[in-house]
Amino acid sequence: MTWTINNNRCLRCGGCVSVCPTAALELRDNVIRDEKLCKFCGVCEKTCPVEAIKVTKP
Amino acid sequence: MMDAVIIGAGPAGTCCAKKLAENGFSVKIYEKRAEIGSPKRCGEGLSEASQSFVGKIPDRCIAQKMRGARLYAPNGRYLDAILTAGGFILERKVFDKWLAEEAVKAGAAVQANTFVSGLLKDDRGFYSGVKGEFMGNEFEEKARVVVCATGAESPIRNQALGVYSKVNLVDSCIQYEMTNVDMIPDLIHIYLSSVLAPRGYVWVFPKGEHRANVGLGIVPQEKKPATYMQKFFEEHPEISKGSIIEVNAGCVPVGGMVKDMVANGFVLCGEAANHVNPIHGGGIKEAVISGQMAADVIMDCLKAGDVSKRALSKYNENWWELRGEHLKRVEKLRETLEKLADQDLNDLVDALKPEDIIEFARGAKLSVLAKVLMRKPRLVGIARHLL
Repeated sequence: MTWTINNNRCLRCGGCVSVCPTAALELRDNVIRDEKLCKFCGVCEKTCPVEAIKVTKP
Repeated sequence: MMDAVIIGAGPAGTCCAKKLAENGFSVKIYEKRAEIGSPKRCGEGLSEASQSFVGKIPDRCIAQKMRGARLYAPNGRYLDAILTAGGFILERKVFDKWLAEEAVKAGAAVQANTFVSGLLKDDRGFYSGVKGEFMGNEFEEKARVVVCATGAESPIRNQALGVYSKVNLVDSCIQYEMTNVDMIPDLIHIYLSSVLAPRGYVWVFPKGEHRANVGLGIVPQEKKPATYMQKFFEEHPEISKGSIIEVNAGCVPVGGMVKDMVANGFVLCGEAANHVNPIHGGGIKEAVISGQMAADVIMDCLKAGDVSKRALSKYNENWWELRGEHLKRVEKLRETLEKLADQDLNDLVDALKPEDIIEFARGAKLSVLAKVLMRKPRLVGIARHLL
């Protein structure tokens, strides 16, 4: 499973952070992810207004 | 030790701080962004009546005065809902700084570009301040009460009250600030369409001098807001002929107000508690109200020397009684409208009176809407939700 963010596309709106059900994301200069908390549920990818996040499952 | 430390210098945080400072309490606000109010995540509309909470708004904060809203049905027919007192399209970058200045004038301290990384706890387990970083230096600031006014994205809220996120209760939004857009400037323009903006709507808020905020919110999905916007642009050359001078994005809560907003030494307010009007997504007024309501209770608690969860929960009671129940009704309205097809929306715009629309957005007269919907047998079930 992979989680990637395209920081050229990301507008730092924090939408993904506001919906993450495991509080794995945080917005500093970029969105950062806590690998231990992330469950790869894909909610961030779905919510992102600008298609900056990609989550892949096996 | 400060009486209160506030995280976030948006309308909720600054209005809470102003009230506390005016009454002689020491308070400091930390703002994560390098510039208060920027980048905006907002259509910038505010009713003139909101000045009864926020005070007289100086001209420099106002981009454009407006009389009301033009509501477009999917078929292009429209009705004009005129507000008795009118409204403003603000310049949030100026407005938010003005609010911060007002708080400072009252005696509060504000510091931008300050990242709050976590909460401090005292030996009783009460939240007792924050830790963070400013210009590369880590610091701790102790306070009797911590106010979390961070906006929707809030690790601090999660830390104190648990994770509170429901993906189906936010709208995914994009907004272009455009120039060379010619729309009637003293109306906001709202386009309803289950095809162009499923669950949400497209908005054009003129900002004077041919500028406008052109935005769109939708239920989160694979297809992104910009794709829908492209479709809207194709149908609206009078808008797409303009140029994009700023792009904003964001996720707006459209329901799910946080029930319990307090912990020992901790209060949550504004958009961090999902205090947003669920039908239009406007959050400035709700933020100001909840920030001020939080301040009232915090002052009583500080005076009584009791900032326990039990004492602070008076704020829960006050907010739910004065705003929560009302916003719940508006949430019902949103849940109803999102079930309607374009043909139903066309018929609604034809059948409704402009003055009713304004009442609906306030959560009032929903039975009028229910009656109109019930004229169609297949909508009876949906309409019952409003009663």
